[in-house]
Amino acid sequence: MDLDALAGCLASSACLVTQTTSGLIIGMLLFLVAVGLTLIFGVLKVVNFSHGAFYMFGAYFAMTAYQLTGSFALAMLAGAAGTAILGLIFERVFMSRVYGADVLMQLLVCYAFVLIFDDVVRIIWGPEFKSMGMPSAFQVMPLFIAGGVVPPYYLLLIGVALLAAIVLGIGLSRSRIGKVIRAAAHNPGMVSALGINTGLIYGGVFALGGMLAGLAGALAAPVRSLTPGMGFSVLIESFIVTVIGGMGSILGALIGALLLGLIRSFGSLGFPLFTEGLMYLFMVIVLVSKPTGLFGKEAA
Amino acid sequence: MTELEAGRAQTLAPVRNGTALHRYRDVLIALIAFAVLASLPLFTGSKALLDFVIRCSAYGLFATSLNLLVGYTGLTSFGHGMFFGLGAYSFGLIMQKLGVPIPVAFVATLAITAVIAAIIGAICVRLKEIYFAFVTLAFQMLIHSTILSWASFTGGDQGLRGGIPRPVFLGIDLANHVHLYIASCALLILGLLAMRQIAQSPFGYTLRMIRDNAARASFLGIDVWRAKLTVFVLAALFASMGGMVMALFVSGAYPEFAYWTISGEGIFINMLGGVSTFLGPMVGTVLLLLLNDTVTRFTEYHGIVLGVVILFFALGLRKGLLDFVAEWFAHRRDAGEGR
Repeated sequence: MDLDALAGCLASSACLVTQTTSGLIIGMLLFLVAVGLTLIFGVLKVVNFSHGAFYMFGAYFAMTAYQLTGSFALAMLAGAAGTAILGLIFERVFMSRVYGADVLMQLLVCYAFVLIFDDVVRIIWGPEFKSMGMPSAFQVMPLFIAGGVVPPYYLLLIGVALLAAIVLGIGLSRSRIGKVIRAAAHNPGMVSALGINTGLIYGGVFALGGMLAGLAGALAAPVRSLTPGMGFSVLIESFIVTVIGGMGSILGALIGALLLGLIRSFGSLGFPLFTEGLMYLFMVIVLVSKPTGLFGKEAA
Repeated sequence: MTELEAGRAQTLAPVRNGTALHRYRDVLIALIAFAVLASLPLFTGSKALLDFVIRCSAYGLFATSLNLLVGYTGLTSFGHGMFFGLGAYSFGLIMQKLGVPIPVAFVATLAITAVIAAIIGAICVRLKEIYFAFVTLAFQMLIHSTILSWASFTGGDQGLRGGIPRPVFLGIDLANHVHLYIASCALLILGLLAMRQIAQSPFGYTLRMIRDNAARASFLGIDVWRAKLTVFVLAALFASMGGMVMALFVSGAYPEFAYWTISGEGIFINMLGGVSTFLGPMVGTVLLLLLNDTVTRFTEYHGIVLGVVILFFALGLRKGLLDFVAEWFAHRRDAGEGR
């Protein structure tokens, strides 16, 4: 425990800015992963335990595309589109077989794929740590805000994630497809009876969820090291986010992710060894006081 | 017992007399199983085989206790491994720091586990399904984080090193490999027998009722919360026993024992062996350990092999091996009676 460091940081505007930005990028990446998770749970009623793998694939796809083309934009596209396709295939071929089955069976199928995907990455890209490197466009002087250091890439990352959140929020609440998706989440039988192909919607939602996780992975690739199994800690953290925010709630995922990001970033100052513990403690406290999460609806 | 008596016993008091009969049968089976296991060192000098059985004891106790929650009560705990780790660490720390006799440390560890399980359980069992799963997972990781960060007490990520002292008690020397082996077998058989008694007791049937329809159980005057808490604590005790066997075996305790993957493996073992038969988790334990040992010998990519096997069980059989076999026999019997 190092409470002096925490207090010292809270008193200094420079440190405050630096820690808040780093908390925000953690939070935003977590949000992108968690919102896919929460969307899949909300519509398909499946807890996608293999969701972290999509984050991992997004990062590796982006790295490979960047090495081949040298274009950052193409790298992001490869990360997002590649995982969307992967998500669609995964849902149609495997997950669709266990809908309505025991939760344990669904988890088991996902667990199997966590193991398989990690090894696939190990075979294709090798077991060692990889790094994509920062694109030259962002290798510029960091910004100084109130004395705090903010790399421009962080701003881009936060901006893209925010944009995704806004598009997703508006898309779901306003567009026709969004309404159909929400209807399918509420009453799939009715939607199906109205002549809408629910299988297509399920596949689409899974692909969308995978794409968001893949985008998060692609965005994280320049600032994190890539390793098989990198999806796992992200998965656990995004689970915490969805559970804190309330399973199935997009706003909850956003708030939960930001809270968790800030806890991580400031917690690492005050409790360097117990940062992870803080997150779990927070989750326990939230769930004990409100079992369905902050923005979760009461279970019927 | 004559056929007439047996028939009457079945019609008049099926549950009571049935359980008494079953109890004698279970004890007999346990004695035979122990005799077979304990005589194994007489026939083989293979240390690897004995080690395998010891590991099966540790994981088998853990997995079977998890099935009390998952299979019998319908509580899918993702954090059951915390009691495995707790058992290993408590036992190891007590032996290292206090130097008490092994039976004292054993009982003390169970007492510590009971208290902690009661506190955690009281919070967790209020929650349903997926929320229960995640809150248990959070507690698991909380304990894991505590072990890592409280390095001065637990050794942090290095684990409890320096070995666990194993003083001789009642002529039993657990530093001796054969003694350790027989003690592990005894603990396994005793633990299984005790869990079998719990599962077949009226309390065990209460748990099944809660699993199938908690609301109805509650209408019948059963305190569902208390029953769930009771089985949560009981299951924790047996998981803790498994942890102690493990700590004795490796002569230490490591943070991985308390990591969530232990819980994941426990769930996996249960699914592999089957959750609707009492011995399913034991079968799953043997299967998983065999699978792990053989696959790692042949390929470094054992994740893929393991994953494919899991997929076979989840998508192909759609149930654990022993469940599948039991159902197959039931079908055959039904078909035979139908003729």
